[in-house]
Amino acid sequence: MSTRIKEIISMVIITAFVVVFYFGKINGWESIEFSATVSYICILLLLLALLWVLVLTLRGQLIGRRVVFLFVGISVTIPLFMSLEQKINVSPEVRSIYDTVIALPPGSRVLVSFDFDPPTAPELQPMAETFLQLCFERDLKVIIMGLWPQGPQQANLALEKVLDLDVIKEKNLQYGIDYVNLGFQTGNEFVIQRMGSSFKSMFNTDYRGTPYDDIPLVKNIKNFSNIDYSFNLSAGFPGTIEWVQIAVDRYGLLLSTGSTAVQAPQVYPYLNAGQLNGILGGMNGAAEFEKVTGFKGKGTKYMLSQSFSHIIVIAFIFIGNVAFFRSGRKSLLKR
Amino acid sequence: MEHFALWVAAFLTLGIISFLYKDNPWYKVTEAIFVGISAGYWVVVLFWDNFYGKFWVGKDNDSMLYVGGLLGLLMLMRLIPKIGWISRWPLAFIVGATSGLWMMNYFASNIMVQIQGTIVPLFSANFGEGMNAGYSTVIGNLVIFIGTFTGLVYFFFSKEHKGVYGVGARVGIFFLMITFGAAFGYTVMSRMSLLIGRLDFLFGDWLGMIK
Repeated sequence: MSTRIKEIISMVIITAFVVVFYFGKINGWESIEFSATVSYICILLLLLALLWVLVLTLRGQLIGRRVVFLFVGISVTIPLFMSLEQKINVSPEVRSIYDTVIALPPGSRVLVSFDFDPPTAPELQPMAETFLQLCFERDLKVIIMGLWPQGPQQANLALEKVLDLDVIKEKNLQYGIDYVNLGFQTGNEFVIQRMGSSFKSMFNTDYRGTPYDDIPLVKNIKNFSNIDYSFNLSAGFPGTIEWVQIAVDRYGLLLSTGSTAVQAPQVYPYLNAGQLNGILGGMNGAAEFEKVTGFKGKGTKYMLSQSFSHIIVIAFIFIGNVAFFRSGRKSLLKR
Repeated sequence: MEHFALWVAAFLTLGIISFLYKDNPWYKVTEAIFVGISAGYWVVVLFWDNFYGKFWVGKDNDSMLYVGGLLGLLMLMRLIPKIGWISRWPLAFIVGATSGLWMMNYFASNIMVQIQGTIVPLFSANFGEGMNAGYSTVIGNLVIFIGTFTGLVYFFFSKEHKGVYGVGARVGIFFLMITFGAAFGYTVMSRMSLLIGRLDFLFGDWLGMIK
């Protein structure tokens, strides 16, 4: 059978699979969840498959890159169906954020800057939802803004989800009184700098076009000195580094951050130096925050996939080294 | 409309993932759509937020905005080869102003405060009250001290890395490697998160197979 025919057959199978399940969803099919036994069987099969790849490598039969991609894909997908729960330990930098927020008296004003966009939402959106839920449960006033154009839209998605929860609905929160979305402002780090002297100079209106002075929650807020706590969701520039350099070190703002895993190593030094109150680093940070707050969300759900994929990556680093020492190194030494 | 949006998102996601099999027209179309939409999006955002929202609306109240507008106009002179050299002036202004502004920010936050954060008591912050630091704090402080010191030794090239000095530099390399390893681990986690997000969309939002 030629490669072309194999490709066509694969496409037909995938299309049929997609169509069946899509119409199933429309007709009310229930979602799939593996029981603990099925989950353990899947784990066992995955480990056996890895062992088989190792045996092949030891025999000198090297596998192609597509097999590695397939393994990573399976290891990420299968855990999404599992009912197993992963043990999550809460680190001090995550607990610090929780402890500080719950120590704030009701009515305290919290500034949340959404400095990310949809590509990094899997990591940062769970943090945003958990943080907003915690603030609303503690009766804190939330002021939202964004230095990235799509940040305030991500904020609206998080608000929509959190405000729909029964515990939050009971509080009957009012836009403009209990929370407000000031929207996006262009200017990167200079926005933070100007906010140090005047919020209003940067946000004449909120996301909905209401003038700043007509919003009860913010009309008496002049600058950072009127903010009790702040949380920055950061995916790069402008983000946590700029907030620390300007808002924290120059204006004395109390700041914590939820940053993407890529950025986390860059901001950890600020934690030890006391420039940050706490850090949620990547999906792991999101899961830890969900654990400490008790609000189970997507961070916890995704962590199983994250751990599985890491095991696969480590296994293939090992297998790759085995292949190298078996074949590559010998030929290198001969040269 | 919701169904259509879901299918478009799924089509584009699968198009990007299809590159893992091999380069193909589906991937190329998806990539071109992504690049085109990104460029278009930024043009619109910058036009309405920067040019219109800041300059056009605010120019009557703040005459300084005309200076910025003029510098922006001079930047466009690059499009005319004969007077393209004029664009160097606004560029020089941007480079100079940005350097000046950031120099102080970095010096204060990334040098002074970081040095202060590195100089920590090895065993306890409260000498008068006895050695009350936990083991983890003591070990952490020692690691910070040894890592910073040996890292600096490695980057000091005025003396040959031999003898005791060479040992220090070698320890410094180990610390650097551990740092790079940690950064790599975090990067893997970040990239996997993106993949998990997309697969959750495909099997959850699109096909309804996951809760």
